[in-house]
Amino acid sequence: MSKILDDLRYADSHEWVKLDGDIATVGITDYAQHALGSIVYVDMPEPGDEVTAGEEFGAVESVKAASDLISPVSGEVVEINSDLEDSPELVNEDAFANWIMKVKVSDPSEIDSLLDAAAYAGICEE
Amino acid sequence: MKYYDKLVFELSRPGRKGYELPADNYGNNALQSLPADLLRRDEAQLPEVSELDVVRHYTNLSMKNFGVDTGFYPLGSCTMKYNPKINEEVAADPAFTAIHPLQDAKSTQGALELYYNLQRALSEIAGLHEFTLNPYAGAHGELTGLMVMRAYHIANGDEKRTKVIVPDSAHGTNPASAMVAGLQVVEVKSKPNGSIDVEDLKPLLDDTVAGIMMTNPNTLGMFETEIMEIASLVHEAGGLLYYDGANLNPLLGKVRPGDMGFDIMHINLHKTFSTPHGGGGPGSGPVGVVEKLARFLPNPKVVKNADGSFGVSTGSESLGSVSTFFGNFGVMMRAYAYILTLGKENIRNVGPLATLNANYIKESLKDDYLLPIEGACKHEFVFDGLKDKSTGVTTLNVAKRLLDYGFHAPTIYFPLLFHESMMIEPTETESLETLDEFIEVMHKVAREARETPDAVKDAPLTTLVRKLDETGAAKNPVLTYRQYLAGESK
Amino acid sequence: MSNKFMPHTDADIRRMLDKIGVDSIDDLYNDVPREVIYTSDYNIPSAMSEIELRRHFEELGRKNRRLTVFAGGGAYDHYSPSTVAHLLQRSEFYTAYTPYQPEISQGTLQYIFEYQSIISELTGMEATNASMYDGATATAEAMFMMVASAKKRNRVVASATIADRVLDVVATYARFHGVELTVVAEKDGVSDLEAIKAELEKGDVAGVIVPTPNKYGIIEDFTGLADAIHAAKAYFAINADPSALAVLRTPAEWGADVACGDGQTLGMPLNFGGPYLGYISCAKSMLRKMPGRVVGVTRDADGKRAFVLTLQAREQHIRREKATSNICSNQSLMALYATIYVALMGRQGMKELNALACDGAHYLFDRLTATGLFRPAFPGSPFLKEFVVATDLDVDSLNAMLLDNGIMGGINLGEGRVEFAVTEKRTKEEIDRLVDLIETFSK
Repeated sequence: MSKILDDLRYADSHEWVKLDGDIATVGITDYAQHALGSIVYVDMPEPGDEVTAGEEFGAVESVKAASDLISPVSGEVVEINSDLEDSPELVNEDAFANWIMKVKVSDPSEIDSLLDAAAYAGICEE
Repeated sequence: MKYYDKLVFELSRPGRKGYELPADNYGNNALQSLPADLLRRDEAQLPEVSELDVVRHYTNLSMKNFGVDTGFYPLGSCTMKYNPKINEEVAADPAFTAIHPLQDAKSTQGALELYYNLQRALSEIAGLHEFTLNPYAGAHGELTGLMVMRAYHIANGDEKRTKVIVPDSAHGTNPASAMVAGLQVVEVKSKPNGSIDVEDLKPLLDDTVAGIMMTNPNTLGMFETEIMEIASLVHEAGGLLYYDGANLNPLLGKVRPGDMGFDIMHINLHKTFSTPHGGGGPGSGPVGVVEKLARFLPNPKVVKNADGSFGVSTGSESLGSVSTFFGNFGVMMRAYAYILTLGKENIRNVGPLATLNANYIKESLKDDYLLPIEGACKHEFVFDGLKDKSTGVTTLNVAKRLLDYGFHAPTIYFPLLFHESMMIEPTETESLETLDEFIEVMHKVAREARETPDAVKDAPLTTLVRKLDETGAAKNPVLTYRQYLAGESK
Repeated sequence: MSNKFMPHTDADIRRMLDKIGVDSIDDLYNDVPREVIYTSDYNIPSAMSEIELRRHFEELGRKNRRLTVFAGGGAYDHYSPSTVAHLLQRSEFYTAYTPYQPEISQGTLQYIFEYQSIISELTGMEATNASMYDGATATAEAMFMMVASAKKRNRVVASATIADRVLDVVATYARFHGVELTVVAEKDGVSDLEAIKAELEKGDVAGVIVPTPNKYGIIEDFTGLADAIHAAKAYFAINADPSALAVLRTPAEWGADVACGDGQTLGMPLNFGGPYLGYISCAKSMLRKMPGRVVGVTRDADGKRAFVLTLQAREQHIRREKATSNICSNQSLMALYATIYVALMGRQGMKELNALACDGAHYLFDRLTATGLFRPAFPGSPFLKEFVVATDLDVDSLNAMLLDNGIMGGINLGEGRVEFAVTEKRTKEEIDRLVDLIETFSK
């Protein structure tokens, strides 16, 4: 059974978001890392890149699978988790602690359309 | 035998050499006189080994490989049939290997005639009008064929036809080829038996459809029984039908793709026409088309002149070039030799016997392995792993255990329609005795899975190397000897 | 139904049908609509015995003429050591397929690793894939790599000095895929670096492709180009002859991000145009956009060094329409060819054969221009083994005369320009005879 944190919001494409002021921290869920298996590479955007809600911003690769990362929010990337460049397996170890990017969001209300923990748990059970 | 584990670089000793060249008697030192800025600064660290070093090294490497000549190779969708030896011999004749592709056609009439004859034979076997032999491989043929599709619609002023329909059960190459050709992929659903759901197809057929890509028999080895209806629906909507020739083998002597309504197809000479897979290539992916599409085929084209001689031409409406010269000519020579060896009398038996072999294995093993789709398959079929799922032994485990028993594994985890896919294709060149040995071993593995599942999960146990750390290889890619040395010295 | 390639006796067939539970093989095709069952004979020749087949090929072979080749144009008459062809006949190599089962494919996997290492040494680049179809398609794939790497830019600039046959394929791929290809006209036979820089200044260029040696055989000078390209946040690809890179400044030394080209020059027989080999090398930063197979080193469960296909998540069978390329094979056996060839020639031989070819080409160039019948087409331009001269002679008639004498003359580039190539296989005597024949012809 994969872990789901109550205080986060979720996209049905298995990304989580935590909003602090206008900074959104984005990662992939425990369910997603489990489905992918051993992660060998995280393709991340660069600080300064613009991301758009619902559009691809990178990819996660395991040995025999790859999954696009879909941004749950729109805005400008302000930071990426550079630890993942050399140690992508951190995502497997703790998908919620090891975030992928931080975005200065252009429209904080976008987060309201995302799933809460209960709704996301429903998706994972399907 | 001693375990051999050297890289050619590790045999290298300064000053040793494996060649002799004639003396340089030009007396102009031209290379040394070139501007220094244009010359290499750091010398390439290439091996320095004797000729015998090289011969032993690569002979030893070859013994770490499994080929069709080693044993049964039931790799589904790859048609690993026997590669006749006479084909290798005729293809090595210097009368062909030593001619330059840009020689005057007067001096290459034999090569051009061979190209032309093979093109005609494939057209006949496929029931199509004309082939280009230029594409280098199946995927390259797909790309070329889709370019023909696109060129046709553009020539008709139908620029908006950019959608290509691909079944969800298709080889991954189909959508990738469509993407490279600039087409958008739309998936059509398969029914539980893997064939296209005609009701799901209908709403997709609008005026933006360029065509549909189909594999028939499909990737489950089942014939698309509604093909005639699909063909007329797609044609009525203004689209074209592309036939992925990956599964052509069972139709040899039985069905011609052109007669089913297909407009464009590629053939894998390295599957259906017995040319060696070469460890991954060179292959050859000729593309055939119906008459109205012939003018779009790529350049250069080989033509027969009115006087019976052969020439090279370029068509003004051609989609352009997809190869530097005429494609993998050496592969064409082998396929041509195969067609002539079988001739019209025997080639018609290829499909039926391939189908007979596949059905025999399927019926012999369905007691132990889960057969998701009943009924006659064609040249291949798919099991969804072991019937008894309680042991935890997976398709991967079974595949690896087969290696211990001296068989190559089937294609595994494809098609994606089942979790434990195991796709078996025996080809027509295998004897009943070989099939029986394989069946016996498959039963034995199923028994082992019940009795000693942990041992099966550890397989392979007897191969030269055992289970590999693929995660480590992907996480920290070491792709050259230089990187390997750097890693070792850390 | 039995045949030497189909071992089924009537009794075998009977037993198999009984097991399946049908009366005839035809019954296995009952699901095929009757109207498409093909009942006629194919209109192809009747079966041939090996004796007849050999005779047929000998007859065809006699209609080809082996010539003393003084032309290149993308296919060069280099020497093919007999050892290579012998080793390639090991059928454990050529009857295997893609190494999907690494435990029983270490032979293939290891030679691909050696091939990657050798090409990386020649190009100076960090990574090389398991090989591509040919140099032209490899160059087209290099274009795609740069577009995929340069997010949101879709224009690639190519120098007109890239061989026409390569540029044709690149243009075809670009047109269908939707890449905007800008071909920058040449200047004095080489890439117009100023014009390329002007394109870069527009800020929308994903990558630049230039060749060396170029289509006229000229060794190009890319001084300053890498800085300009990288300053414009674009990528830099060089199409280069891998054999020549044993002596010429490498793509890495020019600051390129991608190197590509045709491996035919690594001793591969002319073979009427194929099979040859395309190669792609790149900087590590572009690794994940590189198409095709890649082999890496790993360990097995017992700790033994072993080789395995890696970085597969980039590839078409996983990424489907999101892959950078649709390639799902390589020219594996030709990669083995290149590997064995370079192993034999080695560090010293690769330099020596380039010196022989280069010295021979300059000897021919000097002799031709000394006749007064030919002028340098690009005076002072440095070349290795291929060069262009201009003449007032009728080139087609000249080449027809040479053909009658068993020689393939230079390629007619039109407007009185002819391109000759010399490899280590040509001798001084052959060159002297060529020049003598031309002098006699001109009188």
